[in-house]
Amino acid sequence: MSLDLNTYLGVEPDALKVYSQRAEVLAANLANADTPGYQARDIDFQAALAAAGSQGGTLQPVTTSPQDVTAGSSSGGISTEQFLKYRIPLAPSLDGNTVDSQMEESQFAQNTVRFQAILTFLNNRFSELTTAITGGQ
Amino acid sequence: MALFNIFNIAGSGMSAESVRLNTVASNLANADSVSGSAATAYKARYPVFQALQASLMSPGAADPATRGADAAVQVSGIVQTTAPGTPHYEPGNPLADANGYVYSSNVNVVEQMADMISASRSYQNNVEVLETSKQLMLDTLKLGS
Repeated sequence: MSLDLNTYLGVEPDALKVYSQRAEVLAANLANADTPGYQARDIDFQAALAAAGSQGGTLQPVTTSPQDVTAGSSSGGISTEQFLKYRIPLAPSLDGNTVDSQMEESQFAQNTVRFQAILTFLNNRFSELTTAITGGQ
Repeated sequence: MALFNIFNIAGSGMSAESVRLNTVASNLANADSVSGSAATAYKARYPVFQALQASLMSPGAADPATRGADAAVQVSGIVQTTAPGTPHYEPGNPLADANGYVYSSNVNVVEQMADMISASRSYQNNVEVLETSKQLMLDTLKLGS
């Protein structure tokens, strides 16, 4: 019986990519908190995950520049690009900026915790493997 | 890797906010400057922030729906306000014009202080984002150990 490492790790590596993508979107929102006319964006993670589940595909990270390297993209993958949405502002501002710094901060913190949770899951899987390889020695 | 982009984005935010802090410092320092004519009186300066989308500069990415996630901020210019400085009657001032008037700057000190706090908070936000991303990257590096 052979072990495919990609299958063994499951959806976690893909989720990690999307979380880092989302961190980038939120960082861009915070950097442009004072830019007139800038419209805050976010990745609709639930929709992205639901789509991945219904199609049985894996999530594909969105490419942001031509230099981006996409890891061996499977054709059945779903791009997160279509889930990149504009935020509906709670309170409109005169300069057209829709960034709510407090909201973005809390979303960023949430995203960080989830990223670290995935890291913990991956770490557990690796230690499982180590246990299997060393036979618990 | 997307987390590397955050360094550029948050860095651009920090740089833009520090330009804003610089203009505030310049405005506050010159709040009491006087001049011999209304035209040469010091005028408050403000930076103009603009979202800079790197992917927009690459061909075939002009459609807003397919824009990339990276939007750094850049200072596209510094504008001077046009409000005239207030004239004061100070015949003893060496800078006074023929009628004995000097013209002070149009800087609103209270507005500048509020702007300074806003810029400083935004700067801190960017530093926080940078710090968190750095920690996440270090955690990822240590994966499996």
